[in-house]
Amino acid sequence: MSKTNLTRRGMLKTSAVAGSGLALPTIFTAQSAAAFTNEPTGSSVTLGFNVPQTGPYADEGADELRAYELAVEHLNGGGDGGMMNTFSSKALQGNGILGKKVEYVTGDTQTKSDAARASARSMIEKDGAVMITGGSSSGVAVAVQALCQEAGVIFMAGLTHSNDTTGKDKKANGFRHFFNSYMSGAALAPILGDNYGKDRRAYHLTADYNWGYTTEEAVRTSTEAMGWETVAAVKTPLTQTDFSSYIAPVLQSGADVLVLNHYGGNMVNSLTNAVQFGLRDKQVNGKNFEIIVPLYSRLMAKGAGANVKGIFGSTNWHWSLQDEGSKAFVQSFGTKYGFPPSQAAHTCYVQALLYADAVERAGSFNPCAVAEALEDFEFDGMGNGKTLYRAEDHQCFKDVLVVKGKENPTSEFDLLEIVEVTPTSQVTYDASIFGGELGSCNPGA
Amino acid sequence: MEAIILQILNGLDKGSAYALIALGLTLIFGTLGVVNFAHGALFMIGAFCAVTLSRILTLSYTVVDETQKDFLGNPLKVDVPYLHDMFGQATGDVIIDWAVPLSIIFAIPVMIAIGVVMERGLIKHFYKRPHADQILVTFGLAIVLQEVIKYFYGANPIPTPAPAAFTGSFDFGAMLGFDPNLIIYPYWRIIYFAFAAVVIGAVFAFLQFTTFGMVVRAGMADRETVQLLGINIDKRFTLMFGLAAAVAGLAGVMYTPINSPNYHMGMDFLVLSFVVVVVGGMGSLPGAVLAGFVLGVLESFASMGAVLEVLPGLNQIIIYLVAIIILLTRPRGLMGRKGVMEE
Repeated sequence: MSKTNLTRRGMLKTSAVAGSGLALPTIFTAQSAAAFTNEPTGSSVTLGFNVPQTGPYADEGADELRAYELAVEHLNGGGDGGMMNTFSSKALQGNGILGKKVEYVTGDTQTKSDAARASARSMIEKDGAVMITGGSSSGVAVAVQALCQEAGVIFMAGLTHSNDTTGKDKKANGFRHFFNSYMSGAALAPILGDNYGKDRRAYHLTADYNWGYTTEEAVRTSTEAMGWETVAAVKTPLTQTDFSSYIAPVLQSGADVLVLNHYGGNMVNSLTNAVQFGLRDKQVNGKNFEIIVPLYSRLMAKGAGANVKGIFGSTNWHWSLQDEGSKAFVQSFGTKYGFPPSQAAHTCYVQALLYADAVERAGSFNPCAVAEALEDFEFDGMGNGKTLYRAEDHQCFKDVLVVKGKENPTSEFDLLEIVEVTPTSQVTYDASIFGGELGSCNPGA
Repeated sequence: MEAIILQILNGLDKGSAYALIALGLTLIFGTLGVVNFAHGALFMIGAFCAVTLSRILTLSYTVVDETQKDFLGNPLKVDVPYLHDMFGQATGDVIIDWAVPLSIIFAIPVMIAIGVVMERGLIKHFYKRPHADQILVTFGLAIVLQEVIKYFYGANPIPTPAPAAFTGSFDFGAMLGFDPNLIIYPYWRIIYFAFAAVVIGAVFAFLQFTTFGMVVRAGMADRETVQLLGINIDKRFTLMFGLAAAVAGLAGVMYTPINSPNYHMGMDFLVLSFVVVVVGGMGSLPGAVLAGFVLGVLESFASMGAVLEVLPGLNQIIIYLVAIIILLTRPRGLMGRKGVMEE
């Protein structure tokens, strides 16, 4: 015969714990069914544009902000409508979002994760932003995405190229339209093979942070797969300004290709230094020495001046594209601001429209409804051809541009020429290869 | 061997910039006793003197070229520099091409004026304040200057190339009997090193062989006695601040073809230059120059692939590591004098 030690006090404690446990899901369900974070109740809705307004990417941030302001103008029925006229979804009517006038607040990421999180938090908690978007760095994107997941708002990433944003650090509330390092590698390799041959020895200089690692890995994997050998891969400090001591060993390494896994000021300086050292005039292993910049940006190319001529790289979008969506966007942006938009401006503009469209189609600002509307959403007319927002990792899959520094630019904006539009199928990968868990959508409140 | 020669050249080049900035810092500290954290900003402003002159020389009027279209499909507006009208296209282009060397002439009076205004307007009020106050106010000034430059010139680097005649590189290897193409060094970096050597030599000669320099040196050694002799040492020290600003500015002007200038470039050099000053010995001009070149060469060697394979990350800490070792073994730095910052 078994003996139980049940006492009156024990029974009460167990009952209290069990009762609380059973009640807990009901409490959450009851609250989330009633509301979500920053549910717009008035005649307007507030979006939060979190871009670098100070720091090294301030010019890129300014261009992002211009694009967002243009998107808000178009969403509210102003201007010429831009890409709303070419967007395959016709849910947007130019009367705001769900009839609510679009207003916005801005934050300064300073390209620092902690500052970016603080400004995003402020826009969510103080200004009532229902969606956060923007940024010019993968570190910032990953940090702000995690914050938005906790807070229960949608995060529409700006310029972030690391695989991690929609790879190991992906979140259910986060979405990225911009391409990534893997796609750059996959798009570039065949062009490099065609132009420089399959028997090459590459030397990588890699910015010593997350984005640098994923870009180096992507380019190495794709070039080694076609027969290139990687002679060396050297990490360079993010704060490095003079790369001469890193360029000099390249001369003696036997390498005939230098891959600069650098962005921003790093890219401008390392490329300038490499050209100064005469690498491009050099012959190694009976071949012309070549330099590659996996991720190009027009704003950065401008900083490097004539040094970009003839150098291959990849980009998410370029203003010289001749599809109807790109032409409409360039027309709107160019007329308003007097110069063509950057790829950062393009991705931010598109993200703002995609969010608004998803809300319209979902009929709700609830982040979970919006996420559902974005998942596996296929669209066209936004400058990159047919595009899919993949449900598994919230990454957009679309054509990738391989570009080359233009030999004879006709203006200060005409720095890159499109060499090839790599089709989506060539840059698509299995969502599981980068690990990470999407988790479930958090509506907050 | 080739790699070592190349890294020595690199180190001398880097050391040139460190030495020029550290020389100015030491001049200011030695004369005025001020720890000037705005010195990196003066280097940056010097670089932007080159950008400014380059923009002045390319001031243009617009003509519409009906045969070409802009990005919106409208007739292309082409900028024609006024210099083309004044001197003809060929001569105008040569003048524009030589914007960086010409900036030396432009930068000297501008930088001296900025230095004098800085000293008279702000820094003189902090002579008798603790060094911590001086550091705070000059660091704050550096941030203000940085933001002013960013407001007018943007955050992106601005390409400012060397004259076309100096854009190539020189084959040192062939000259020294090695295989060709193994030891290549850019012409402009060689010019930068030579320029730094000339400026450093000129500053030392000025201090050593002129009456003004003699008075300044006397004032650095014993300010009160010099004042008691009826010499207005403050005025001379103000001019020395201007001279130090000009040295930093010239270092910045000549650096622009090496790396496209941006508003943050001064901060990138500032901390390293302070380490150079401390390693060289506070207040010692030859020490600052020596430490600049030594640390430049060591930093270059630490960036070699073979070194990084054995000691990864050494390139990022080498300067501080050497600073620790030197300060432990020689607390006053390589050539520091007794009594400086020791009370």
